[in-house]
Amino acid sequence: MISLLLTGLGCILLVLGSCFALLGAIGVLRLPDLYTRMHAASKAGAVGGGMILLAVALVSFDASIALRAVIGAVFLLLTTPVSAHLLARVSHRGGYHTQTIMFIDELGAPSTSKESVEQ
Amino acid sequence: MNLALTITGLALAWAAINGNFSPLNLLFGAAIGLLTSLLLRRWIAHPRVMRRLRRIVSLALLFFWELNVSAVRVAIIVLTPNIRSALRPGIVAFPLSLTTDREITLLANLITLTPGTLSVDVSEDRRVLYVHVLNLKDRDALIAEIANGFERKVQEVFE
Repeated sequence: MISLLLTGLGCILLVLGSCFALLGAIGVLRLPDLYTRMHAASKAGAVGGGMILLAVALVSFDASIALRAVIGAVFLLLTTPVSAHLLARVSHRGGYHTQTIMFIDELGAPSTSKESVEQ
Repeated sequence: MNLALTITGLALAWAAINGNFSPLNLLFGAAIGLLTSLLLRRWIAHPRVMRRLRRIVSLALLFFWELNVSAVRVAIIVLTPNIRSALRPGIVAFPLSLTTDREITLLANLITLTPGTLSVDVSEDRRVLYVHVLNLKDRDALIAEIANGFERKVQEVFE
């Protein structure tokens, strides 16, 4: 009974996680610039990957596998924002922000082209 | 730290009685130990430790809720037919009242994983956190929301 419940829950998590991972990938394709793409990659990616790992933990019925899957999910949540943060910061320092759509940019150089291109 | 010792001891006792020292059984023992200490908190634990534990749990719950909301919101934006109309990106300077590196790191990570916001940079003097916003409507409302939500909770956990 309880194993059936765990397997069912695991399947639901697996499907949901795959959907989020797919949507994250579509977001990386469709969104216009690096910053907005990082939103899709960091959030939908982390939630999708985390759900898939939790599903593995639920359906494995093996304590050591389950524990490692949960630890994997925790590390995914810890490291994804750091890489998104790093990519956004590097691209801003590299001057990429001048060619992207952005309505205000309080980090950018003062006065020069604060109002960016509107499409 | 009194509480951590109590829970460790209870978990070891649980494993010894069961004759099973597998990690999962130890974890289960720790969970039962935590529950017991919660029930007997007036006699066992220092009140400050319990308050801090409650704040950590409350921050974790808020975080998981916001994370799921954020994933759904990004998914909706991604599936909008005219994607540019759903976007109004910008970088906002958020004035930090947190001071230590540890707190700022935690806040920056929490901001990145919550709806529509992404940490980009911290100023050299650690006073300002630059946040990229996916759909910027009201700059001041956004700053107030972060300051009253995550920033306050992070402050409570580390105080």
